[in-house]
Amino acid sequence: MISRRDFLQVGMAASAIVGGSGFGNWARLAAQQTLTQDQLLQFDTFGNVSLIHVTDIHAQMKPIFFREPSVNLGVGENLGAVPHVTGADFRKLYGIADGSPSHYALSSGDFAALADMYGRVGGLDRVSTVINAIRADRPDALLLDGGDTWHGSYTCYHTQGQDMVNVMNALKPDAMTFHWEFTLGSERVAELVESLPFAALGQNIFDAEWDEPVLDLFPPYTFFERGGVKIAVIGQAFPYMPIANPRWMFPEYSFGIRDENMAAMVEEVRAEGAECVVVLSHNGFDVDKKMAGIVPGIDVILSGHTHDALPEPVLVGETIIVPSGSNGKFVSRIDLDIRDGRMMGWKHKLIPVFSDVIQPDPEVTAVIDAERAPYEDTLKEVIGTSDTTLYRRGNFNGTWDDLICDALLSERDAEIALSPGVRWGPSVVPGQEITREDIWNVTSMTYGEAYRTEFTGEFLKVVLEDVADNIFNPDPFFQQGGDMVRTGGLGYKIEVSKPQGERISNMTLLSTGEPIDPAKNYVVAGWASVNEGTEGPQIWDVVESHIKKIGTVSLEPNNSVEVVT
Amino acid sequence: MELTRRQMLVTSTAALASVVGLPAFASATDDLIAELTGGASLGSGAITLDTPEIAENGNTVPVSVTAEGAKSVTLYADGNPVPNVATFNFGPLNPTRSAATRIRLAKTQNVVAVAQMEDGSWQMAKNEIKVTIGGCGG
Repeated sequence: MISRRDFLQVGMAASAIVGGSGFGNWARLAAQQTLTQDQLLQFDTFGNVSLIHVTDIHAQMKPIFFREPSVNLGVGENLGAVPHVTGADFRKLYGIADGSPSHYALSSGDFAALADMYGRVGGLDRVSTVINAIRADRPDALLLDGGDTWHGSYTCYHTQGQDMVNVMNALKPDAMTFHWEFTLGSERVAELVESLPFAALGQNIFDAEWDEPVLDLFPPYTFFERGGVKIAVIGQAFPYMPIANPRWMFPEYSFGIRDENMAAMVEEVRAEGAECVVVLSHNGFDVDKKMAGIVPGIDVILSGHTHDALPEPVLVGETIIVPSGSNGKFVSRIDLDIRDGRMMGWKHKLIPVFSDVIQPDPEVTAVIDAERAPYEDTLKEVIGTSDTTLYRRGNFNGTWDDLICDALLSERDAEIALSPGVRWGPSVVPGQEITREDIWNVTSMTYGEAYRTEFTGEFLKVVLEDVADNIFNPDPFFQQGGDMVRTGGLGYKIEVSKPQGERISNMTLLSTGEPIDPAKNYVVAGWASVNEGTEGPQIWDVVESHIKKIGTVSLEPNNSVEVVT
Repeated sequence: MELTRRQMLVTSTAALASVVGLPAFASATDDLIAELTGGASLGSGAITLDTPEIAENGNTVPVSVTAEGAKSVTLYADGNPVPNVATFNFGPLNPTRSAATRIRLAKTQNVVAVAQMEDGSWQMAKNEIKVTIGGCGG
């Protein structure tokens, strides 16, 4: 694995541009008391353009806990490359001290203890304070939202995204791209997009019937004049929406990576005089890395979808890729020096939003409170308590997934449970009460029906193999982001570097310890099916009913998946 | 029992074969191409075959092909029960020598384009298109 020092030197030499990351080495600040808002926001304004990037907020308006993954495997050329480095290895790579604020914000390990020490993260009123501070330095800074904004909470579901539109509008973004927004249904997406006072971008959003761009709603790019520089921002929506999410909810649209069209758009904006080209992307990190290598002329890719947060951009040729985490936990600031139509240098800082350190912006707090007011009593209702950290982030089962699978097995009387490998959903710390809001934060979606059906053992394997290839295909353009489907009642072995059809073995029905019989039928309960007409109770009701019955959640470590890299 | 792929395939039915495994009809496509070209050697580089990496909908996959200087282009889907898809013939006044259509793909497989050039030589291009069950995206 290339070391950070080597990497920076190689990157600089190859790109012939000056760059630097202002990510603080806060190891010296032993505890929260010594961490201040001024330190988090400190940044010596650089160059002539500032970009602010937020992404994958998943409707988290209030401060939350969010545990980073301990398992995030890279395959092919990305084996051992960031962001596929976790925990202590990640800290070593970036020189982050154990127990430091950066440890807590960016990596896994000792999560519960550090959460107790450093508290919650995020909250859009805190994010607003960060944005305002950057705008105080550079009034014409561009605020760009990478999407997955109008999805992921009780209030977002019940207002069909309106709460997030209203709160985000208070932050005054300049452009946005999309993923889960489309699961509101194409009619609702169009209605919300038409109401936006900023650009909704997607060079890869096409009309499904005619395979033509949808210029009226989703133009490929837009121009900004900032600091005397003509900047083009090109949108890149999530390429695999009709595959990863229910196609029937937005049948009018086709997506795909469309890297050739991206290259054409870059040429087009350069020909129209763009001196700086920024791609606002929901590709996922490895896809962005590959795209940066084959599409010339992009200065900055603001990277979303895979929820990675890195303290420094990754350089590919002369393109810098900036991933900015998820759930409102981080804001990225990137200052650029653009001269003579070229990016001559950059300065970057990934700002972790420590909710107890960064003051909320009272104007935005008021907007958030107004959105939540009609639902506050329902949101706050306590359903149970957890003795265990509940989290989801990671390639295989997290504890939230285990709890959801337990709920499916018991409430739906099934032998095997399947839960989608999504990466969203805040954490719950030990001793914390589980509210209805917490349950919705990890389950809310427009296709949450918990089905109960029978699968043959053979079909179960086909499902596992299919999903595994969507994550572990060595070619990033075949990766859809997300993680392995979570299983309850079913153990298996996975060899991630094998080809599709050969990764999964040792499938075992945990209740009996017997091997899965390909010819036998098993009762399977799951949720988030992409098939139209799926029937069953909503998953949040299933989980709530289960937690009510058990009262206190205590989960044993789950070792039912054997992973071979 | 360790459930290996071999055992899975041995015990599998048509349902499994339709989703994973090697294209069962690949050799049939090779035979059809040999029949078309009379066994002539196939060059590469003259055909641009544009297909998605992953099909959004396996029932209607957009495929377009451009081959400057081609008299005809034949498309095959090597994992379909009937691999022949279409043959496009271009007249001498055709300015673009390109065609686009949508095809149904039963499973992950190759789409193959074979072109006869104006000088009588043959060209081939091949793209794999993945057809997946879907779901679970982050």
